[in-house]
Amino acid sequence: MSDRVRLWLRPILFLGLLLVLWQVAVSRSSTKLLPGPWETVGGVADLVRHGLLLKYVAASLFRVTWGFVLAAILAIPMGLMIGWHHRAEMAFNPLIQFFRPISPLAWIPIAILWFGVGDLSAVFLIFLSCFFPLLLTAINAVQTIPSVYVNAGRNFGLSSTGLVYRVLYPAVLPQLITGLRITLGIAWLVVVAAEMIAVNSGLGFLIVDARNAGNRYDLVVAGMVIIGIIGLLLDQGMRSLERTRSLR
Amino acid sequence: MAPLEAAEKSARTKLSVEHIHMVFSHDGKTTPVLNDVNLEVSEGEFLCIVGPSGCGKSTLLSMIAGFLSPTSGAVRIDGNVVARPDPRRIFVFQERGVFPWLTVEGNIEFGLFNVSKAERARRVAHYIQMVGLKGFERAYPAELSGGMKQRLEVARALAVNPDMLLLDEPFGALDSITRLVMRGELLRIWREERNTVIFVTHDIDEAVQLADRVAVMSDRPSRIQQVMNIDIPHPRDISASRYLELRNAILEQLGLAHQI
Repeated sequence: MSDRVRLWLRPILFLGLLLVLWQVAVSRSSTKLLPGPWETVGGVADLVRHGLLLKYVAASLFRVTWGFVLAAILAIPMGLMIGWHHRAEMAFNPLIQFFRPISPLAWIPIAILWFGVGDLSAVFLIFLSCFFPLLLTAINAVQTIPSVYVNAGRNFGLSSTGLVYRVLYPAVLPQLITGLRITLGIAWLVVVAAEMIAVNSGLGFLIVDARNAGNRYDLVVAGMVIIGIIGLLLDQGMRSLERTRSLR
Repeated sequence: MAPLEAAEKSARTKLSVEHIHMVFSHDGKTTPVLNDVNLEVSEGEFLCIVGPSGCGKSTLLSMIAGFLSPTSGAVRIDGNVVARPDPRRIFVFQERGVFPWLTVEGNIEFGLFNVSKAERARRVAHYIQMVGLKGFERAYPAELSGGMKQRLEVARALAVNPDMLLLDEPFGALDSITRLVMRGELLRIWREERNTVIFVTHDIDEAVQLADRVAVMSDRPSRIQQVMNIDIPHPRDISASRYLELRNAILEQLGLAHQI
């Protein structure tokens, strides 16, 4: 057996074992506290049959993408600027530290007030949840650039734009990519909550709707499983970006 | 023979450091680091600066590079006051100075943005050959050893054709065997290129092996205590009596005993 196969086989076997245990526990129990894995698969199949799976996944991904991308476009240049200028950091830091610990979920009423019940509110909440982590990552990334890189860049006669594009940007890139990966995880976390209140499609909506309309707990767990799988795939995608040799 | 050699070289003053004082202030406390430092270096000369750690050798070198301004006094190169960094004098950091996001080639051509494409390719090939990194053109610094990274940084510096190389303990992080090899390489390159070299080190042997002259700095607030002529022709025999004599003289200057 090759190492590669072994590497994959072990977690898959373990996962299989857990699923079997789950099934056995559910079928031996007389209560209906949790649907079993088989019912969950049935739930997913139901979603596919009604053409809802792709629709909901796409809806959730759409909101996450917009919130995440908008936050990145705004937070990263702003963070780089704040990190580069010590005075800007002194001015902004108290404000950032004030807003940062406020959960994006606390903004739900205000989001609804500003943007109504719909996509825009959900995107806004995801944007908020991404903005501060990305801002802090960018500030920190600039501040931890070794001064030798900046000095070397200046030594070779780079203009300030040259310095930004040829030293600053490549020097912060690895940290930014890691920050983006972690933040994407947060965005995916928040999408469920955002969809529970503000919209009528998406995986978060699926979960809350399944419970409200007829106690379809198989659909609740199906929604959770799909969220988990997509989260895993997003993380894997970002990790492969991190491993790109020229970006390190 | 030695005085004659020295006379030939003192043709033109390349660098003059004039009454430099440097005071650092931090948290309201002021620390005088350099106290009336004066130094003259001729074109094409190899000067080593030695001194106890924390004496301000690197500070002095940063001023010569134009990264730092003195509190008072002036650094002049070719008669002009140094106010900012300039590609005509390249600072070589310890191996940490190479850019990890660029390949060996990318690092060497980093400073060649004002040069034609053909010339750039020619120089990259030339300096890769010179520092013995052939076959590693596409490698990233993370894949190189410490000595290779250091040679890469020297190549990156030489590629822009600087008149001065400012080296700040460049071999300090290398193991002792690599360090010896690198000294030989540096001397070979210097004989080929004939740049003016200012080399900061805390290693007295290194200074006596490499330099035309050695400037010995005192403890903080430092001055240049003495400048010694190393009148031994290259290649230097490091067990010769003159070598040991000069080395001991520097040790004495630094107030160190000859025995451990």
